[in-house]
Amino acid sequence: MSAVIDNHAGHDAHDDHGHHPTGLMRWVTTTNHKDIGTLYLWFSFVMFLVGGVMALTIRAELFTPGIQIVRPEFFNQMTTYHGLIMVFGAIMPAFVGFANWQIPMMIGAPDMAFPRMNNWSFWLLPPAAIMLMSSFLMPGGAAGVGWTMYAPLTSQMGPGMDTTIFAVHILGMSSIMGSINIITTILNMRAPGMTLMKMPMFVWTWLITAYLLIAVMPVLAGAVTMTLTDRHFGTTFFNAAGGGDPVLYQHIFWFFGHPEVYVIAIPAFGVISQVIPAFSRKPLFGYASMVYATASIAILSFIVWAHHMYTVGMPVAGQLYFMYATMLIAVPTGVKVFNWVATMWKGSLSFETPMLFALGFLFLFTLGGFTGLVLSMTPVDVQVHDTYYVVAHFHYVMVAGALFSAFAGVYFWFPKWTGKMYDETLGKWHFWLSLIFFNMTFFVQHFLGLAGMPRRIPDYHPQFTEFNQISSIGALGFGLAQLLFLYILLKAIRSGEKSPEKPWDGADTLDWTHLPTPAPYHTFENPPVVK
Amino acid sequence: MTKKFGGWGGALLLALQTGVANAAWQLNMTPGVTKPSQVVYDLHNLMTWICVIIFIGVFGVMFYSVFAHRKSQGHKAANFHENTTVEVIWTVVPFLILIVMAWPATKALLSVRDTSSPDMTIKVTGHQWKWGYDYIKGEGEGISFLSQLATPQEQIYGTAAKGENYLLETDNHVVVPIGKKIRVLTTANDVIHAWYVPALAVKQDAIPGFVRDTWFKAEKEGVYRGQCAELCGKDHGFMPIVVEVVSAEKYTAWVAGKKKEMAAAADDPNKKWELAEMKARGEKVYAAQCVACHQANGQGIKGTFPGLDGSKLVQGPAAGHIDIVLNGKQGTSMAAFGKQLSDTDIAAVITYERNAWGNKTGTVVQPADVKAARK
Repeated sequence: MSAVIDNHAGHDAHDDHGHHPTGLMRWVTTTNHKDIGTLYLWFSFVMFLVGGVMALTIRAELFTPGIQIVRPEFFNQMTTYHGLIMVFGAIMPAFVGFANWQIPMMIGAPDMAFPRMNNWSFWLLPPAAIMLMSSFLMPGGAAGVGWTMYAPLTSQMGPGMDTTIFAVHILGMSSIMGSINIITTILNMRAPGMTLMKMPMFVWTWLITAYLLIAVMPVLAGAVTMTLTDRHFGTTFFNAAGGGDPVLYQHIFWFFGHPEVYVIAIPAFGVISQVIPAFSRKPLFGYASMVYATASIAILSFIVWAHHMYTVGMPVAGQLYFMYATMLIAVPTGVKVFNWVATMWKGSLSFETPMLFALGFLFLFTLGGFTGLVLSMTPVDVQVHDTYYVVAHFHYVMVAGALFSAFAGVYFWFPKWTGKMYDETLGKWHFWLSLIFFNMTFFVQHFLGLAGMPRRIPDYHPQFTEFNQISSIGALGFGLAQLLFLYILLKAIRSGEKSPEKPWDGADTLDWTHLPTPAPYHTFENPPVVK
Repeated sequence: MTKKFGGWGGALLLALQTGVANAAWQLNMTPGVTKPSQVVYDLHNLMTWICVIIFIGVFGVMFYSVFAHRKSQGHKAANFHENTTVEVIWTVVPFLILIVMAWPATKALLSVRDTSSPDMTIKVTGHQWKWGYDYIKGEGEGISFLSQLATPQEQIYGTAAKGENYLLETDNHVVVPIGKKIRVLTTANDVIHAWYVPALAVKQDAIPGFVRDTWFKAEKEGVYRGQCAELCGKDHGFMPIVVEVVSAEKYTAWVAGKKKEMAAAADDPNKKWELAEMKARGEKVYAAQCVACHQANGQGIKGTFPGLDGSKLVQGPAAGHIDIVLNGKQGTSMAAFGKQLSDTDIAAVITYERNAWGNKTGTVVQPADVKAARK
């Protein structure tokens, strides 16, 4: 806080260079929201590549029937850490990175409310990631239990399980601190005149997400801590022999796990809600109803968790309740989709890369939403639960949903952050390659699941060969397309053309209307007045 | 690659048109041979078509907008937003559609969940990595066997051609009579497994320490195959389920044969065995039960599964060795085989381990020793 006030007192003009250490120490000691946002984004990209290599290992093994490349126990480790890294290392930090960069600029604040805690939130991540990856070096290797870490399989794992548990603890702490920071910033540091109902949608989605995170991360920490004490200290929370119940773990995990899905999806909705109006040159159709729909989704997300557990043997009444509650989520989600489409209606549309990714999101996320609706029906779910149908479903939501939205966000805000333009042609290539290869990878998995191929198996009956081969080739293509993304970013940073002050004529948030491009190191030392 | 794609695309179209005669291009659920499987199949089709129609409606509007309201074609943006009527409609209409969808789903769920008044009851126990079956009520009561993967390792590791039922064949089929309501009780011995046979529309988690139930009533004779559907460790992908539905007469014959087989296999618990015959029998038990982790050469897998060749425990006093095989080791994958194998088989496998590879203890563990250790 003091640094901000010092700057404010000492410099009248915008200070492009700021007074900060240079080189490595700039990044280690930084309390600047923009630097920290950059750190989050690069961290998440590195983890995205690590998790991607794991995904490719899985797809390579599944290219043909038989065991060719990795042993079954290592295959299980790949599926486990692919999931953990993508969820906690790649997608979540990417959106926190957006929050850091954008929230202060969008609400007219000079920085985040707790800049030092902000630094700490980020710098917890690399040690957590190293600890997570160190599991592979432990005796017995990493834990092959799936990202859901179901008991009592976790009791059979070596020390790699413990390092994973501690890594999850640290990641959780980082998320909670980040959330406290975001909530405090949004509630206390808005520019004069910016009422809650005038905030950009992206800010609203993050306010809601941060509350979700504070509510559920401690629940996950509790679940993995109980696993830890079951493993080492003789407790029997999840062991029937001592009066516990393995299914209890699943209830606790999914009480975290379902809201977690929306922790990932809701900020993605926020990005899309900025991009679609900007490229339609028309305001968001139903701003208020979007806010209410987002809040409704967040609240509903707490009361549907056991739809992940239809096969554990719940009473019929329980299954009916969770089925109805889950179906209800379709209503606010539908409202959001209708609003986006209505925003485009009679707009003046143009299709630069951010808009392409936003449309890709809209189309494919909705497809994933529909398979979710099919899965909500208990009798159908029982048949396809733990098959590739579910794998296809959540990758439509997580990859074509969250990840495409993150790409849209990066291309959209890149000029504001760096003052340079990315190569539009290459950006479009990135979109079309991602779109085609994504569908090639995951659409066919619906068929595999319907035909009965279980998930998390390293080998399969030859009847599944053809679709698996299509999927594996698609995965390779999707992976390579992301290297193109890296090239586009590096090229733009090194030698990109200078961006115009406002490259997107429909963008109307404070960062575009009140700040120069690129945004200087310190912004809004004097808050703007919003009318 | 383009050419290959063309081939695939063509095959895909063909598969769609021919109603998927070829299992390799199966696009939809297995229609199945039980009433619930038909109910589930129809429900899934209905829901998918409703979704497809809505999808086409919504994205028809979006794509119309994408083509008609382009800036490049000089379309000027309107500036309308917020319309309470429209917003109420698009909240209420989906809600009504959901009610329409919930009705058949509820009916289907209630019809498939009734496990009362079965003709037969079979208890299914998940073990890492095989299934145990106990016929506990109805014709065949008392039959009990383990069932595990029958696909040879050579096929999995690519040194032999893959057989017709690759990974989906077991050494012991679960045989049931046609047209009888079979209640299936599931439980597990170590971690959570799930008993999943698509054609019967049955998937039920098997949870250690708890008993859950499900049921099926097959209406067509045949062999139906499934797999474990809950990640249960290293060989999760290698514990198939084979259910054979036969006529009532054939079933009666199978029961008689199985009982005779069980009686013949029962060993005299007081027999004194020689080292050579015990070792020979033990080698077979080892190949079936132990080889997945401890490996054929007794070396185990470094860091994950301890080797037995040269192991202190194996070369030490027999009592400790018997104890770990009988009771397993908490917190590891080492199962308690006392619940799965007979005294003679346990004695045989221990004798084999103590005299195989570099282990030369010369001890013969007798069934009586194991029986004594059980107490």
